[in-house]
Amino acid sequence: MRHPVRALAQIAQITLINLRSLPQRLGTSLVVVVGIAGVVGVLVSVLAMGEGFRHTLASTGRPGRVIMLRAGSDAELSSGVDRDQTTLLAALPAIARDGSGRPLASAELVVMVDLPRKGESHPNNVPFRGVQPGAFAIRDELRLVEGRAFRRGVREVIVGRKAAQQFAGLDVGSRIAFRDSDWTVVGTFATGGDVHESEIWADAEVAMSAFRRTGYQSMTATLADGSQAGLAALTAAIRRDPRLSINVLREPEYYAKQAGVLARLITVLGYTVAAFMAIGATFGALNCMYSAIASRQVEIATLRAIGFGGAPVVVSVMIEALLLALVGGAAGGALAYVYCDGASLSTLNFSTFSQVAFDFRVTPALLGQGLAWALLIGAAGGLLPAIRAARLPVTTALRAV
Amino acid sequence: MADLVQVRAVTKSYRRGGETIEVLHGVDLDIARGDFVALMGPSGSGKTTLLNLIGGLDTPTGGAIVVDGRRIDRLSSGELSAWRAAHVGFVFQFYNLLPVLSAQRNVELPLLLTSLSAAERRRHAAIALALVGLADRARHKPRELSGGQEQRVAIARAIVSDPTLLVCDEPTGDLDRATAGEIMALLQMLNREHGKTIVMVTHDPKAAEYASRRLHLDKGTLIADGAGA
Repeated sequence: MRHPVRALAQIAQITLINLRSLPQRLGTSLVVVVGIAGVVGVLVSVLAMGEGFRHTLASTGRPGRVIMLRAGSDAELSSGVDRDQTTLLAALPAIARDGSGRPLASAELVVMVDLPRKGESHPNNVPFRGVQPGAFAIRDELRLVEGRAFRRGVREVIVGRKAAQQFAGLDVGSRIAFRDSDWTVVGTFATGGDVHESEIWADAEVAMSAFRRTGYQSMTATLADGSQAGLAALTAAIRRDPRLSINVLREPEYYAKQAGVLARLITVLGYTVAAFMAIGATFGALNCMYSAIASRQVEIATLRAIGFGGAPVVVSVMIEALLLALVGGAAGGALAYVYCDGASLSTLNFSTFSQVAFDFRVTPALLGQGLAWALLIGAAGGLLPAIRAARLPVTTALRAV
Repeated sequence: MADLVQVRAVTKSYRRGGETIEVLHGVDLDIARGDFVALMGPSGSGKTTLLNLIGGLDTPTGGAIVVDGRRIDRLSSGELSAWRAAHVGFVFQFYNLLPVLSAQRNVELPLLLTSLSAAERRRHAAIALALVGLADRARHKPRELSGGQEQRVAIARAIVSDPTLLVCDEPTGDLDRATAGEIMALLQMLNREHGKTIVMVTHDPKAAEYASRRLHLDKGTLIADGAGA
């Protein structure tokens, strides 16, 4: 290439000629666009599911709050904290207090109740959380969006916004039955889209009585000092007391661990499906670009005869393949955004064996990743045809009329 | 007149399957500057192969080819591309215009390989189109032109960068008799009035009559060399 500006002019000119002839090759070009749109659409949708799930759990909790479980337990369902322990824990000086000197802590009971999704009859595990009055003070993100709070000592529940959307019979005023007990739904709450919105909440004492439990699963509390030193002080105090065999985790750390297995599974699933589709789309792109070159071999040979170099031909074919891929990638990303972003779904969290309702999240990073996949497929599909175009024997191709 | 093209003991062979086919057997040829040479002969005689070698589209298996004092048989593929861009204009049987470009843009193509500005390219292309009598068809796409007009545009493209040598492969092979005569008259005008050296392959004796020299090939060997018009 003798002069870079002239080389660029050659590339631009050949690329323009290629692109102007696209309408004559609409069918094969659409194969590339649609194939890559499919890959990107599926990839972004599945990853958006994983992202939504991860986001829902990751947005649960505040760094200044801790969850305390029985030592050795990694989830509330496998944990057990008895009444005496919760009293001791709440009395620790590392736990914050409200204006009246009451500890900002809530000992909580979590059980699974069976509820079908709307329009279905098959039951699903929905988390039912018995909470102490402190639960509302420590979780300042909680807002009642309909109805009122449950009264203490009464079989009333409030329902998370997403649980109410996903599961049948959770409208305010409805009555639901679990384990021979009837409960009235008196309110719906929101917690900023976090995992608690998939739950049903009731008074802990009433829940313990109804479900015949004698202890709690966990205690959630606000640290008096939210720093690392405050957490260390609480952990040290617990270790010093032989009656307490308790693990302490900041809430975000705990919920991130809960998200881990399923989020990874969804991500692996997304990449696997997309990889298989990408192989198909790459062959589609290869086929399209080979046929584009076959149909233009006389043009390419004529340009080579006139004096155009092989490199501009390679680059221009690659640009065409990448542009088609980009259009496909953008279309796939747009479809995923339009049809998936914000759509609600609930699935079983393997860590807790409970349903978690969450929204698909099509983030800019996922769209960028989708476009990167599209360009990769375009590059893989365009490279060999581009090299073939540049190596086309001019004297033979000129006679291929 | 000094020789523009010197072909010395040129051989060309191809491998087809496991077999080597020799198409040209030691051809010697001199073409003077300003000459108009018609290469004739039956199909498979090697005339297009010889034309491609002189035009730098292919390289010989043996021998030497010198054009305007330069050994082109020793040039690499990239060097040959650059050499063709600077020294050779091509006219093909089926015109080989790019269908998506207007006549003007087709003619401008070789100038993209020069340092001319866009405005200069447009001006040069307009002059070339005017020279072939198609100034009023500059904006037309090839499909909007007749066969003869398309070949005129192809000739304008071949001369727009003022090459040393015009190489024409059956330039009238796809045209009716009357149009073929017009095209040959145009090539003759470029040869006589503008001093272009032309090497043309043709099957058509009528077309060959416009050349100043007629060469006959048979089975890869030059068998006759005669004066023409």
